[in-house]
Amino acid sequence: MSDPKGPLFDIEEMEINFGPQHPATHGVLRVKVKLDGEKIVEAKPIIGYLHRGTEKLFETMDFPQCIPHTDRMDYVAAATNNQGFCVTMEKLLGITIPPRAAYIRMILAELQRLASHLVWFATHAIDIGAITPFFYNFRDRDEILDLFEEYCGARLTLNTMKIGGVPYSLPDGWVDRCRALADAFPAKIDEYETLLTDNRIWKNRTIGIGVVSPEEAIEWGLTGPPLRGSGIKWDIRKVFPYDRYDEIDFEVPIGVNCDTYDRYLVRVEEMRQSVRIIQQCLDKLPEGPIMARAPKVLRAKEGMVYGSVEAPKGELGYFMVTTEKSTKPYKCRVRPPSFINLQALPAMVEGHLVADLVAVIGTLDIVLGEIDR
Amino acid sequence: MTDETPKPPEDAPVADENPKPETGAAADAPEMAAEAKPKPTDEEKAAKIAAAKAKAAAKKAAEDDAPPKPPWEEKPVPPERIDSADDPEVVALAEGVDDAVLAAERFAGDLTVTVPAAKIVDICNFLKSERGYSFLVDLTAVDWPEREEGRFDVVYWMHRFEDEHRLRLVTVVAEDQVIESVAGVWKVADWMEREVFDLYGIVFANHPNLERILTWEGFNGHPLRKDFPVEGIDTGAAIYPDSFPEGGGPPPPPEKKPAKGGTK
Repeated sequence: MSDPKGPLFDIEEMEINFGPQHPATHGVLRVKVKLDGEKIVEAKPIIGYLHRGTEKLFETMDFPQCIPHTDRMDYVAAATNNQGFCVTMEKLLGITIPPRAAYIRMILAELQRLASHLVWFATHAIDIGAITPFFYNFRDRDEILDLFEEYCGARLTLNTMKIGGVPYSLPDGWVDRCRALADAFPAKIDEYETLLTDNRIWKNRTIGIGVVSPEEAIEWGLTGPPLRGSGIKWDIRKVFPYDRYDEIDFEVPIGVNCDTYDRYLVRVEEMRQSVRIIQQCLDKLPEGPIMARAPKVLRAKEGMVYGSVEAPKGELGYFMVTTEKSTKPYKCRVRPPSFINLQALPAMVEGHLVADLVAVIGTLDIVLGEIDR
Repeated sequence: MTDETPKPPEDAPVADENPKPETGAAADAPEMAAEAKPKPTDEEKAAKIAAAKAKAAAKKAAEDDAPPKPPWEEKPVPPERIDSADDPEVVALAEGVDDAVLAAERFAGDLTVTVPAAKIVDICNFLKSERGYSFLVDLTAVDWPEREEGRFDVVYWMHRFEDEHRLRLVTVVAEDQVIESVAGVWKVADWMEREVFDLYGIVFANHPNLERILTWEGFNGHPLRKDFPVEGIDTGAAIYPDSFPEGGGPPPPPEKKPAKGGTK
């Protein structure tokens, strides 16, 4: 029974631009979406609006000078960026860092993971429509940033690690204040969870959204919480332990249903594990030097080296190519977890409603500074 | 890397034996000095030297007995490049694909295999399906403008979950050479290859969507090439008139077909 006049309504796909100036895109991400009504037929992320040529800049600078520039990539998790760079350089130069430096690094990195996950929690919830967590999260994140400020003078762009150790010893009373924060934190995480975990609207908006099967997750190269949310127990801190993570006892949480809700649970559990790591590090914090005996001018041998750390967003890797006796990277490639995780976005949203696009961008926890470098 | 370097084996015997013959000379020295007082004889000098040597040896012996210094107080020992042609992974690759391995080495624990560019898809397919490298961690390129064999290195860095092993493939590509895309092997290679194309200008054949990704459409030049200026290019040709055409930026758009009116 085909109608000779054609269908009653025009079935036309509409193409709209989501971003680059949109609060729910977490920066300057632009997604070109083709919509059939409210359903997404095709989504195409367009990036590069924040490209600053960081990798090109690295080639012109001495190794230690590169570290402040790593802060500007994932600007809500500067400490782990520093850590990745320093771990790679130490692998290249054969430096072993003193245990106290390693423990201070781990404390800073886990505080940073907490701070980064709090930003994710706040923005993810606010994107979906829950505004309250934002106030709680940013209140508590500020306390973490206060600790950073006390340690190194900066709150966001920390520049807090050096090749061979850490630049500053801990200020008086810092350990006690850090312990007080860590001890109070699990209760705060419970508080956040009362707002969302059993919330019906939250569940409706996240369960079954953006499902990635474990095979797909590997195929798309996902790392970090998106990979663990898909049920793969894989964490660089366990697989290739750097600093002194092999001396610390912690769990790697994984999801079961591979959807946005599971990734939410994984990240919340990761926050609890970070608190555990901080507490253990404070208990075990050894005395001793905070810098290894490294030469004043660092000269590398010819070679290619890749080093990586578990950043809050996933595996953050640095691939360093050096020439003989060079003081600068010949090439320094950053493997940004957000960039590679974002690639899975089209596969995750196609067939969903346009409102779910916002939820999926939130669950990937992208930072555009890192994607565009 | 816990290189608590054991001292070279010759050291200990030298420290013990060396002073012995000369301590005899040192014992004789006072008598000799009494005989010929005014000039400091060779024997005296020798005695002093011998005494200093004995002291240094004693100190060294004491240091040798002391517990070894922790690695962070020692001078760092940079890693060495080790030829790894007999590594089981390399042997398996060489057996699996004909003429696949050109060279293999291990540096700082990373295994690097140099492979021919023409066979890259075969090699990657083999490594993924037969050797279990299901995860492509990173794909990038390195520019060596002066090199004769070819200007670029394309670098693949892959991971196997079973035993958490990582392998790096390096393949040399000349400036005008086209390399086959591996986006059909690992989906994740799609954006990585786009980035390499954008920043280095290496063309990947059979790529699903080879467009610029970090710079804009129609940008002129490839920023990570060594001959691209760090300070960037002007969108006009004011600064580098020889290197960049006028306008610098996008070429004029091709003439578009007039848009069809109405709906589909």
